[in-house]
Amino acid sequence: MTSIAKPLIPLAPLPKNDLGLTIRDYEGAMSTLCAGCGHDSVTAAISHAFWELSTPPHHIAKLSGIGCSSKTPTYFVRGAHGFNSAHGRMATIATGANAANRELTYIGISGDGDSLSIGLGHLAHAIRRNINMVYVIENNGVYGLTKGQFSPSADIGSKPKRGEPNALAPIDPILLGLSVGATFLARAFSGDKEQLIPILKAAVAHNGLALIDVISPCVTFNDHEGSTKSYRFTREHEVKEIETDYVPVRLEITAKVSADEAREVVMHDGSVVRFRAVPEGYDSGDRLGVEEYVRDRAQRGEIATGLLYVNESAPDLHELNHTPTTGLNKVPFSRLCPGSDALVDLQRDFR
Amino acid sequence: MTDIITDVRVNDFAVKLANVNGTGSASANGLLMQAIFRMGIPVSGKNLFPSNIQGLPTWYEIRVNADGYTSRALDYDLMVAMNSVTYAEDIAEVRADGYVLYDSSWPLDEALLREDVNFLGVPLARMIIENFQAPRERILMKNVAYAGVVVALLGIEVDLVSGLLAETFARNEKLRESNQRALRLGYDYAIENFSCPLAFRVERLDATKDQILIDGNTAIALGCLYAGATVAAWYPITPATAVMDNFTRLCAQYRREELTPATDDAPATYQNNYLILQAEDEIAAIGMVLGASWSGARAFTSTSGPGISLMGELLGLGYYTEIPAVIIDVQRTGPSTGMPTRTQQADILACAYASHGDTRHILLFPKDPAECFEFALVAFDLAERFQTPVFVLSDLDIGMNDWVVPALTWDDDFVPDRGRVLHDEDLASVKEFFRYADPDALYVTPRTLPGSAERGAYFVRGSGHDLHGRYTESPEEYQEVVDRLKKKHGAAANYVPAPTVQRRDGATVGVITLGSCDLAVREALDLLAEAGLATDYLRVRGFPFSEEMRAFVDAHEHCFVVEQNRDAQLRSLIAVETGVATERMHPILVYGGFPLSAQQVVDGVLASVEVTS
Repeated sequence: MTSIAKPLIPLAPLPKNDLGLTIRDYEGAMSTLCAGCGHDSVTAAISHAFWELSTPPHHIAKLSGIGCSSKTPTYFVRGAHGFNSAHGRMATIATGANAANRELTYIGISGDGDSLSIGLGHLAHAIRRNINMVYVIENNGVYGLTKGQFSPSADIGSKPKRGEPNALAPIDPILLGLSVGATFLARAFSGDKEQLIPILKAAVAHNGLALIDVISPCVTFNDHEGSTKSYRFTREHEVKEIETDYVPVRLEITAKVSADEAREVVMHDGSVVRFRAVPEGYDSGDRLGVEEYVRDRAQRGEIATGLLYVNESAPDLHELNHTPTTGLNKVPFSRLCPGSDALVDLQRDFR
Repeated sequence: MTDIITDVRVNDFAVKLANVNGTGSASANGLLMQAIFRMGIPVSGKNLFPSNIQGLPTWYEIRVNADGYTSRALDYDLMVAMNSVTYAEDIAEVRADGYVLYDSSWPLDEALLREDVNFLGVPLARMIIENFQAPRERILMKNVAYAGVVVALLGIEVDLVSGLLAETFARNEKLRESNQRALRLGYDYAIENFSCPLAFRVERLDATKDQILIDGNTAIALGCLYAGATVAAWYPITPATAVMDNFTRLCAQYRREELTPATDDAPATYQNNYLILQAEDEIAAIGMVLGASWSGARAFTSTSGPGISLMGELLGLGYYTEIPAVIIDVQRTGPSTGMPTRTQQADILACAYASHGDTRHILLFPKDPAECFEFALVAFDLAERFQTPVFVLSDLDIGMNDWVVPALTWDDDFVPDRGRVLHDEDLASVKEFFRYADPDALYVTPRTLPGSAERGAYFVRGSGHDLHGRYTESPEEYQEVVDRLKKKHGAAANYVPAPTVQRRDGATVGVITLGSCDLAVREALDLLAEAGLATDYLRVRGFPFSEEMRAFVDAHEHCFVVEQNRDAQLRSLIAVETGVATERMHPILVYGGFPLSAQQVVDGVLASVEVTS
C-alpha cells in the first residue's frame, strides 16, 4: 500500500466544523490509485461526510481487506485508527473490534472481489449479525491489481478489455443483503458526491450494518465500450428515483419542514433521513417491495441508486447480546474474574 | 464357568465397557468412575468413542490404581460386553483369569467362549422388560442395571452410588426413582448369583481428598474465564466444542450483572460482560479474535486441527502485525478430517510455524486439565506481553476425558499482564509514537488501542512495513522489523512454562515428552527403574525452547522422544530449533488414536536399550 504524504498547504481559510477542524483534517495520504479512479471520489466523499458530521477522527476505526479499494483507508481521515487486513477478511476483524469496543465509529472499505468473492461468507454473516458499522463496497466489476479479471459483480455480457464477455450471473450485494436480513442498503455512483455524502452520513447514524454499494468505475480495466461498470454506462443507466437528505439532530429542531412522516426515518441517534424523491408507492421499509423494485430495474438494464432500504428498529450485535453500553474492553478485571471463593464453590461440582 | 482361585487384588485393575453409541451408556460408565473417585481411589476413565451420533460401537475404560498409575491399560480384568456386534474382539481383550459380563437374555455363541476367562451372564434385557415400560427408558435403565452389577462385582459402595444418582436427578423424581430401581435390580442380581466382590476390587482410600474430577475442556474454559477473556469466537468442531459450551455456561453464571431497573415496574434487566460469537468458519473466528485483541479485549478461539489449517493466513497477520491472540487447539487425529473422535499430538509443527512466510509462534503444552486451567491464563499473559498469537495445545484425551487432578487454586492478588500499551496519558508524555519502534528488552514495541488520542493512531497492515508502521518495500526496512520479530519470539523462551525435569541416579538414558503423554511416561519410567534401567525425564511445557532442552539431550547417551504422531514432530522441532542432531533422539511414536499407555513406552525404550543389571 504505497502512500505519499500529502502536503498540508493552507490556502484560503477553510470552513471549520463543530470540532474546529477543516476538511484537511479529514483527509489522508495522497492516493496512489490511477488518475480518474472512482475510488478517489468515494474517498473524498467519506472525508466530507465525517467532516460534516464532526466525528472526532480518533473515534473512527477504518478497516479494509485487500485490493484497490482496500488501499483507500490511508487516503482519508489520517487521525483515525486503521487496519488493512487480509483479502476478504475485513468483516471478521471489524466484527471482533466492534465486539470489544462498541463506542467507536467503524467504517469498512471493501471491493467487489474482496466482498463478493473471497469474503462473501463473511459479508453475509456480518450483515446477519448487524454489526454497527458502515460497510462500503467500491464496486467496479474487476480485479485491478491483478490486471483486470472479472469479479463476481460483473454483469452477464459485460465485455472485458481482452477476452470473452462474462457469462456468469452477477452477485448483487443489495439483493444479497435483502435476503439475509440487512438493515440498511444503499447504492450510489462514485461520480455523484451529492448523493453519496448524505447516504454516508445516514449510514454512520444507522444502528447496525449499513451497506453501501458504490458503483466505482475502474478507468484502467473496466471503463471501455461494452463494460457495464464504466462511467458512461453508469451515467446512462442510473435511475436516481430515490433521493435522500440527511438531517442531523441539532438541525432537526429548527428545520422541521416535511409534513410527510412516511417519507422520514428517524435514526438511532435522533437524526433524520428524509426521502426527497421516491417513486409512487415506494416504501424503504418494505423488504419485499424493495427487492421487487431493484429486480425490476435490473431487468430493464437500469441501476437503481439511493438509500434503498432502512430498518432502524432491528437490534445490533450488542443489543442482541446484552453487553454493557461502554466497550467490553473497559470492564475492569475485578469484574471479570470470579475470584478464589467462587473457584472453591464451583469445584464442588467436580467431586 | 472356570473356577480359578486368585489372590485378592485391591485397587489395582482395569475394566472395559463395550457399548453401542447413543444408548446413554456414557452416563452409567461415568457414574462408576465417579463412585470410585469418591471412594478416595485414584482412577481414570477413557472414552473411546466413534464419530457418530447413534449406533456404532463405543468403549469406556476404567483403570483403578492406588499408586496413581492411571494411564490407559491394554488388557482388562473385567469386560462389560454390552454390544453383541463387538463380542469377539471384546472377549479377546480380556486377560487370562479375567471376567466377561454379558447379557444372558440371549445365549452366547459357543464359539466366543474362552477356557481361561470367566463368563458372568445376567439376563439384563429380560429384567428391564419386566420392570420398565417405555422403550427409551428400557434402553437407559439397562445401562444403570449393568452398572449395578459392576458395583457389586467390584465392591463399590452401593449407597454411595445411590447417593450420586440422587444428586444427579435431584430435580426429577421420576428419573430418580427409576434409576435407583434399575441400580438395585443389577446389584441384587449380582449379590445373589455371584460371589461378590471379585478378587480384584476396590477398598476405600484417602488419596483423592484434595482432588477434583474434571475434563480439560471445562478446565480451559475456566482458565479463560479467570483470565478475564471477554470476547470469544469459534466454530463448532469435535473435540473442542465443549470449551465454548463451558465458557458460555460459566459466563452466564459469573459474568452477568443484574441492572437496577429505571423504575419500580420496569422489567429486570442485565448486562453480559462477555460476547461469544459463533462464527461462520474458523477463518472468521480468528479474524474476530484479532479484531477484539487489537481493540484491547482479551479474546480467544477454540478449535482443532482442521480449524488451525483454516486460520493459517490470519495467524500470520496476527504474528506480523503483532496482535495478541489465544488459540486453544484440542488436537484430534489428522491428516484431513482424520478421526475426529480420536486423540493425537500431530499439530505441533503446524502450530509452531502456522502461516506462510517466516512465522513462528508461542506454544504451550498442558499435560492434564489442571495445567489446562493454568496455561490458559499464562497464554493470555504471554499473548499480551509478546503481542502475538499463543497456542494452547491440548488434545482429545485431555479435553474430553475426566481426569483426577489437584483442585484448582486462585490467587486473588493476581494481576494480568496487559503488556506494553500506551494509553492517552502515556501518549501525552511521549514525543512521537511509532508502532514498531522503541523495543524493550524482550524486543516488544509499544502499541496503542483504537480510540486512543490522535497521536496514537496508526495503520495496522499485513503488508510490508517499517518500524514506523509505514508501508515499505525496502529490504533494509522490511528486515529490520522481521529480524526483531524473530528475536522477540526467542525472548519468550524464558517466559513460557519451564520444562519439568526429574532425575534418577546414574541415568544414562533421557526421555523427553509433552502433554498428555506424561502420565504414561512416568509410569513407564518407574517400570523401567524396577527392571533396572534408570532414566532421566524432561517434559516440555512450552515453545520456544530454553537452553535446558539442548543440555538435556547432550547430557544423555540415549535420548527418547515420546509423542503421539507419526512423524516425530516434537523431535523435529527440537532438532531444528536447538541444533541437536536428529539421530541423537530415538522416537517413540504412538499415533493410532487411543491414549498412550505405559507399556508402549516401556517397549519403545527396551527396543533400543538393553537392560544389563
